Order: sequence, then structure tokens, then C-alpha cells
Amino acid sequence: MANADCIIIQGSNMAECHPVGFQWVSEAKARGARVIHVDPRFTRTSAIADTHVPIRAGTDVVLLGALINHVLSNDLYFRDYVVAYTNAATLVSEDFVDTEDLDGIFSGFDPETGTYDPSSWSYAEREAPEGPSPETGGPAGDDASPDGGIESPAGDEHGASRRARAAGGQHGAAGPALSHANVLRDETLQHPRSVFQILRKHYRRYTPEMVRDVCGIPVEQFHEVARALTENSGRERTTCFAYALGWTQHSLGAQFIRTAAILQLLMGNMGRPGGGIMALRGHASIQGSTDIPTLFNILPGYLPMPIVGEHDTLQDYLAQISSPLQKGYWTEAESYTASLLKAWWGDAATPENDFCYDYLPRLTGAHGTYQTVLAMLDDEVEGYFVVGQNPAVGSAHGTMQRLALAHLKWLVVRDFQLVETATFWKDSPEIATGELRTEDIDTEVFFFPAANHVEKAGTFTQTQRMLQWRHQAVQPPGDAQSELEFFHELGVRVRARLAGSTDERDRPLLDLTWDYPKDAHGETDSEAVLREINGYHLTGERAGELLDSFTQMRPDGSTSGGCWIYTGVYAGGVNRSANRVPGRDQGEVAHDWGWAWPLNRRILYNRASADPQGRPWSERKAYVWWDEEARRWTGKDIPDFPVDREPSFRPDPDVGGPAALAGDDPFIMQADGKGWLFAPRGMVDGPLPTHYEAQESPVTNPLYAQQSNPSRLTYPRKDNLWSPSGAEPGAEVYPYVFTTYRLTEHHTAGGMSRWLPYLSELQPEMFCEVSPELAAERGLTNGDWATIISARSAIEARVLVTDRMRPLTVQGRTVHQIGLPYHWGVGGDAVVEGDGANDLLGIVLDPNVQIQESKVGSCDIRAGRRPRGEALRRLVADYQSRSGATVETGNARLTQGDR
Amino acid sequence: MAPRDSTFLGWPVLRQLATGDLLGRGAAATSRRTREHQPRTVTADRVVQSVCPYCAVGCGQKVFVKDEKVVQIEGDPDSPVSRGRLCPKGAASEQLVNSPTRQTHVLYRAPGATEFRRMDRDEALDMVADRFVRSRADTWQELDDRGRRLRRTMGIASLGGATLDNEENYLMKKLFTAAGAIQIENQARI
Ligand code: SF4
Repeated sequence: MANADCIIIQGSNMAECHPVGFQWVSEAKARGARVIHVDPRFTRTSAIADTHVPIRAGTDVVLLGALINHVLSNDLYFRDYVVAYTNAATLVSEDFVDTEDLDGIFSGFDPETGTYDPSSWSYAEREAPEGPSPETGGPAGDDASPDGGIESPAGDEHGASRRARAAGGQHGAAGPALSHANVLRDETLQHPRSVFQILRKHYRRYTPEMVRDVCGIPVEQFHEVARALTENSGRERTTCFAYALGWTQHSLGAQFIRTAAILQLLMGNMGRPGGGIMALRGHASIQGSTDIPTLFNILPGYLPMPIVGEHDTLQDYLAQISSPLQKGYWTEAESYTASLLKAWWGDAATPENDFCYDYLPRLTGAHGTYQTVLAMLDDEVEGYFVVGQNPAVGSAHGTMQRLALAHLKWLVVRDFQLVETATFWKDSPEIATGELRTEDIDTEVFFFPAANHVEKAGTFTQTQRMLQWRHQAVQPPGDAQSELEFFHELGVRVRARLAGSTDERDRPLLDLTWDYPKDAHGETDSEAVLREINGYHLTGERAGELLDSFTQMRPDGSTSGGCWIYTGVYAGGVNRSANRVPGRDQGEVAHDWGWAWPLNRRILYNRASADPQGRPWSERKAYVWWDEEARRWTGKDIPDFPVDREPSFRPDPDVGGPAALAGDDPFIMQADGKGWLFAPRGMVDGPLPTHYEAQESPVTNPLYAQQSNPSRLTYPRKDNLWSPSGAEPGAEVYPYVFTTYRLTEHHTAGGMSRWLPYLSELQPEMFCEVSPELAAERGLTNGDWATIISARSAIEARVLVTDRMRPLTVQGRTVHQIGLPYHWGVGGDAVVEGDGANDLLGIVLDPNVQIQESKVGSCDIRAGRRPRGEALRRLVADYQSRSGATVETGNARLTQGDR
Repeated sequence: MAPRDSTFLGWPVLRQLATGDLLGRGAAATSRRTREHQPRTVTADRVVQSVCPYCAVGCGQKVFVKDEKVVQIEGDPDSPVSRGRLCPKGAASEQLVNSPTRQTHVLYRAPGATEFRRMDRDEALDMVADRFVRSRADTWQELDDRGRRLRRTMGIASLGGATLDNEENYLMKKLFTAAGAIQIENQARI
């Protein structure tokens, strides 16, 4: 980031939430960079930025879409980059129909299931001589030639099943599959079905005036942002975006990020120093827990969890991941899968039994954390492990979370302190309201004290994919132990109980490789686990040696490796995550501090930092280039590209895999080697980001009759009601927008901060930020109490009146936004407690990744504390009935008939 | 180095002159007590390189240990990520280790009970293992309603991982998957 000429921070309060990372923004600024902060609130990030752009929460696609429109209409995009490195020139199937023609939905929508069949979004297979252009084409299928598109390799998987397994979240290291990469291109970008022209048409109504009317951003300010971006992109300069949960936690969160990706590709800012889109993640190893996932839908290294009916055999499974004729490294998925299964099931995994592929359990739909909570309420879940997390405070719809815990037979909480999730049965707010009674809760609760980061050795993967080894400083106190030790021991005891079982279902547990060496203190050796993750040669001359690279993995069972993207962390038998050459003793890229996946490459797709001929786009931005003499890629970073592939190389169209990458295909994990402006596969709710209003919104979507994302996941239930939106009657009962956020001094649900005296003293009390105008409107006094009421619950908070909150003018109306930090919870054990903002949220999810919408909701606010006891529920019910909210409110998939 | 307090050279005025601290607000004004204090970082038995456990910036930490206790945690100037800095959370992480309310015993709450009670860790682990095996058996789904193999349990779920080590997430995913438990989630989806 220090190398950026302009930094746009949007959906993140980086200065307060990633303070030490923010030094690199300050450094860029000191070197002359422009810094822009787009956020509903004025924060410390805004204070350092050159410009703060207040925006109505949830409208970022309009602002970014208008920037796309601006650079396309005024020819301000980086043409050489766009033509060579993106799919701008690629032709799309004539079956594709845009939201512009269907008033807010794309072709392929099934109103029954709320899902898309993405086949009409495919690339064109061959040119239809007189085919209808998108402008004249009717709805999907009308003039379709049946085989007019490049299908996904194993036939089309319907959107419903993709959504059910959060397919959009599977490509963290990857692009989705295509049957081959032999696409039609029009490098003049003029063809009406070229991605470029489709993009143009899709965003042409995203104008500065629309930005003013939807986001509440004045036209002059839009132009200021547009100028900063375009003047700081191109050969000589680069712009970087940074985002956090302000972009993800929406019912179309994944599409927010896609919009930025389109813009950055158009400006030529991907794969280059000072460019990119930085995901600022909030937990020490949240990247690691995605790469090696404790997530339902993936296996390590972004391999999918098998789904019934689609992945019944290993062959079906592999065919869905990639096809042999597509480009890039996903074609080797067979090697990654076989190596993973060998790591897990050792000698039991043989080529003859497909490496025990059948030992993997099958998904039948979405089994994310919110679906699991709903299943708990239905008594389908008996036991629940909660490790280093505090869902009673940290997850959306706190009441539902806590009530669900009371349905469990047994609950295991592992933490440093007695977090609210561990004590819900005696001090949750529902005890006070009478919804729960301690004596009636039959849940057995086991609390195990956990070892902390200095009491165990292991790796965290930080936000730039870098693994850093932590050495153990001391032994854990008392009964405290690491997760590694706990789960290993649990596995040992479970296996002991099943030993001798002849039941086939127990084979996966009994055949599991589960013998790890112990360290000097008798605990499971974490380095041995990291070595298993890295992988080994199992046969041949090098048998027993650690793999150096995932390219050494084989599909025949001769290699193992628990997470292919981490292979190389132990290259040469050395734990590279423990590399600690001080920053001052090495170059800026700092390869010798920690280890980044893949293969210690620090900027992904860095082949794009050179022009198609392999020369740096400019001296100023030189990073990785082709060395004519040595006939190799070289530069400041490790090339993220086949190192000896000449820029002019053109593959035989009949080959696939890494060999099919042309010398100018920098996006080596994409099936066609190009950056995707238009996503023919992979996104379940549309190939192009489109603006929809949030589930709860004060305004009617001015762009389309379709109000909200038609593919969002809704859960119509009496305990999950929504405020009416826009012009619907009753919307005035919850007239204000609230948005939730973090503070510097606390950490998510507070388990690691509200028990620490220093941090609790710095931020002792739950508060709400309101503008002076709203304070006047509602009679709120700074320092006094206010009650905030949503359609789910009501909470109280101290009032902070500040002009950092600015009322916005949207469609001629004033929209007030209220800021709510979400770190506090009600319990008895923490140093500080308070009402939890997440209690106000309902459950509605993004269809790509199943994340909840917690950055925008509707509420009312009034002076004074909330009622106690049962009266709290009566207040909430009174609001619900005045607004007329029913289980149908806000849950209609299609709203096109409404106007 | 300030002259010894016990001679006249230790008089404050002379110390001001001798050290160039003419306004008497700097080193000259320090008391003997202050001077005799040594930072915990100097007296530590060893220093261990670590990483901040809060956000994903991944700031380097130096952990100072004396008598097998953590006495201080500071930023690691060697780290090219953080260059020695820590934010309030990272700087407070010594309290994460030594917090007076930190739990170091296994606790158990029986059905309907109004309080936790202490339990031996071994016994608690055995009880969890028993329940794991029983719930898995009782909620086992071998086939779906169309006869296709599911091989799983929907009766056991897990939440958490973003604050844990990669190695720990790996063992959890491996064990749960082998057991057929699929509802394994963490903060990344929240
Ligand atoms: S010190 Fe602060 S900025 Fe650095 S990793 Fe820890 S929480 Fe993040």
C-alpha cells in the first residue's frame, strides 16, 4: 500500500480497526498519495484522509458502478491492460439478458427457488451469423441456440445447488471452471456481445446524479473521487482499494467486492505494486481458517466439500472443479485432492479405492452457522463446540442465538474467560425477560480454559496470506490447553471408544492418521502438523522428504499434503513461516519474513505488472518482468507465473492446464487466464454487480423495480421480522438507518477485550453515535441514555452526539444514520458489559457466501433507557404491530409487479 | 550517568548543570527510586518472538519471560509489517495472559443447575467424548431419502477457528470430517 498513488478506503475504518496496518497508508500519504475515505461515518480514517465521502450504508455498488460508467464513457480506462489481460474482448452467449432489459433481474432466474441458472451467462462458443444482439434479444431462451455457450465442464449445475453450498465462497484461490478456454474475442471491443459493450450498457444509468440520489453523495464530490482514481491509474501510477466488513456484510456483499474488482481491472490496477484490493480481515488467523477451513462448504485449499447427487464419485467431483481443457492450475485438482486424502487416511487411501473419497460426508444444502442455529431451535443439533468465539454476542440476532443454545443437549465452550456464550443459562437477557428460566434449561455446559497465543506454538495467516510462526513462550496455566491438544485428545478418546467397531461408518475415524509426535512437554507437536499440511513425497527416491511446491503433487498417491496452497511452507525441510530476517535487513517485499501462499509470492497475478511483451509498464511501477537474456521472469517478487513462459508464447488450443497459459495470461487460476470483468461462472446472483437496496431500506430502489437482491436468502419466521422498506406503509415506524462497527480498543464480541482492565477502561460503555440534527429531532442528550428499537429487539446505549454523523439527502429526503459498536454483551463476568448491537439484527444472507447483512438495518431511537423484564418484549411487539410487519414483510423475492 | 545521590554532586541543581537539563524537567529530575527501576524487558530471562492475536495485520510481538511468567509484551521492531508498533489491543495482550479473571479450571454445569462446578479435566474430556460418540450414533444419516450416501451426522456442530492456529483448524476439520460432522463454521462467515 505504501507504493500506491491513491488509496480509496471504502467499507473499512482502517485507522481504528487495523491501526498498525494503517501506517502504510500514512506512509503512502507522506510520499504524496491521495487518500479517500468513503464511509457512512467520519472516523479517524476520514481525519487522516484527504477527502471523506459520506455514503448511505449499503449503496456502494452505485458509487463504484458510476465510476465504471465514468471511465468507460470518457475512455479513461487502461486500454492496453484491459484488452490483453481481462475478458473485455470476450463474447458472451446471445442468450444473456441484462438487468437493464428485465428491470433488475438477469436471464435465468427461477422465481420458485429464487436462484439463477447461469447457463445463459456463458461465453459465446461460436459466432451466430445473424444472431440477435442483446438489445433486441428477448428473455432467456427465446432465440437461444441450444449449444450457444461454453458450458461448465460437467454440465450445468443449477444455481440452487451452487447457492446451497455457498459456491461463491469456494474460489478464494481460484476461478470457477469452464469446459475449455477457446473463447471468441473481439479485440476492437466493439462487438455488441463483447463483455466490454455489455458492461457499458449495464452501467450506463449509474450516473453522478444517480449517485447523488441513491448514495447521498454530491455530484462535485463524485467527480473529485473519479479524478483521484483516474489521475492515479495507468502505466505510471496505481490506485489501491481497501475494504473490510463494510463491504461484506450485506445481502449482496460479494458483489460489492466484484464491483471494485471490475473497476480495478479497468484501471489496470491488479497485480501491480500499489494496486489491488486489500481485504482487511479482523482476526489473527481468519485468513488461515478460510484457507484451512473450519467452514462447512470447503476442504483445505478451497477444494469443495462433496455434495450429494453432484459429487457422488471422485470422478464427478473432479469434473466439477475443472476440466482438462481449461487453463491454469485448477486442472491439477486431482493431485491436490489425492494428496489431501493421503494425508488424512494414509495407507488406507489407495488409487483402487479412490483414496477413500467415500469417507467424506456429503452436503445436501447450506449448513452455515445461521442454518445451524435454526436447526438448533428445531432440536436437530445435540452438541455444539464453541471455540474462541462468542456467538451470544457476536452473531446476528442475539436473541435467536441464545435461545438456540438452550435447545442443545451439550455445549462445549473453550475460551480464556467466561464469555456470555458460556453463561447464557444464568445471565442472558432472556432470563431477564422471562423467555428462559435457568432451572428449565437442560443443556449441559462444559467450559474448558484455553491456552493463549504465547502458550502454544503455531502459525497464524495474516491478511496478506502470510503465515507467521509463533514460538511458545510459557506453558499454559492450570487446566488450560491448546485447541491442538484438546482436539487431538478428543480424537484419541473417540477413536478408543470405537476401536474394534465393525460398523463401516466408523472406518473414517479409525483409519484416520492421528499419531503425532509429542513435544518436550508431552503435547502434540504443532510443527509435525504443519509438516503434514505441507506434504511429503511418499514413494520413490525422495520418499519421506517434504514437498517443495504443490507442482510436485501427484494424482497417483505418491504424495501427501493437507492443504496444497500451503505446500512450500516447509520447502527444503525448513519451517519458512519462522523466517525472521528483520525488515530493515531486506528489501521492501520482505520475502525472508514469514512465508506467503502460494510459494511465497507476495503480490498475486504479478505477471500483470509487466506489459504483454513482458516489459514493466513503467520504470516507476516495475515489479516483475521478462528477462530476455536469461529467458525467465524475474523482478522484485517471485513471479506468479510459469517462470520460463515467454511473453509471446501461444498454446495449442487442444491442451489444458498450466501448459495452456499464454505468455500474456496473467490470471493463472482463472479458467481462461484473464481477469473477469464479466463472471460467466462463479457468482450465484449475477454475472455483473447490480444495485439492490438492503433488506431494510428507507428508500425504494430508483434503478429497478426489483427492490432487493432477488437471490438473497431469507428466513420468514415470526422471530425474524423486518421493517417495511421504502414507500411501504409502516416504514415510518423504523425511520432511521443503523450500521454496526468496531472500535480500536475492543475485539469483536469482547472475549479478548472486555475482560482486560486496560481495554475496558479505555472503552467502558456501549454507546450510539447520532448527529446533532437527529439528537434535536428525537430529544437526545449527549451522555444520557437512548433506546434503539428494531423489528427484532431493543437495546440501550449512551448517546454520543457528534457531527461526525452527517444526515444525508437522498431523493430529496433526509436520511439519518446511527452508528452502533457491537462489542458489548449482557452477562455477569466481564469487566464491562452492555447491550449488544447484534440483538437488533435479523437473519438475511448473501447468497454467494451466506454472510449476514449487519451493516444496514432500520430502527427507531428515543431518549431514555429500555424497559426491563418482560416489558422489553412488549415494547418490541408494540413497534412491530404499529408497523404492520408480518412474516411476509421484506421477504418477497421479486418486487417487479409492485410499480 | 547521574552522579551518586549520596555526595553533593547529587544535588539537583548540580545535576541540572552537569547533564545540560537546565529546566530540570528531564533526567536531572528523576528520583533515585526511578533510576533504580529497571524495565521488565531488561531483567527478563528470555525474549520470544510471537504475533499479535487480535486482528489480521499480524504485528510482530516480543514476549518477555521471567521465572516462566510473561512479564511484558512489546512490539517487535524487526517485523516488516509492524516495525515495532502495536495498537492498544496488541499492547494490552500481556493482560490476556495474566488477567486476574482468567479461567484456569474446567467447569461443568449440569442440566437445570444454577451454578458451574469445577471438574477434573480428564473426567470432563471423557464425558465430552462419550457424548460425542452417542450424539453421532443417534443422529447418524447414512442415506438420503433417494438412497444416496450421506455418511454424516447433523447432531454435532462447531463454531470457531479465526482466532486459532492453522494447525488447530486443520486438526478440527480433519477430525470432524472423519466423524461425519459437517456443520463446522467460524467467524469468516460472520
Ligand atoms: S497490534 Fe493492533 S493492529 Fe497490530 S495485529 Fe494487533 S490488533 Fe492488529
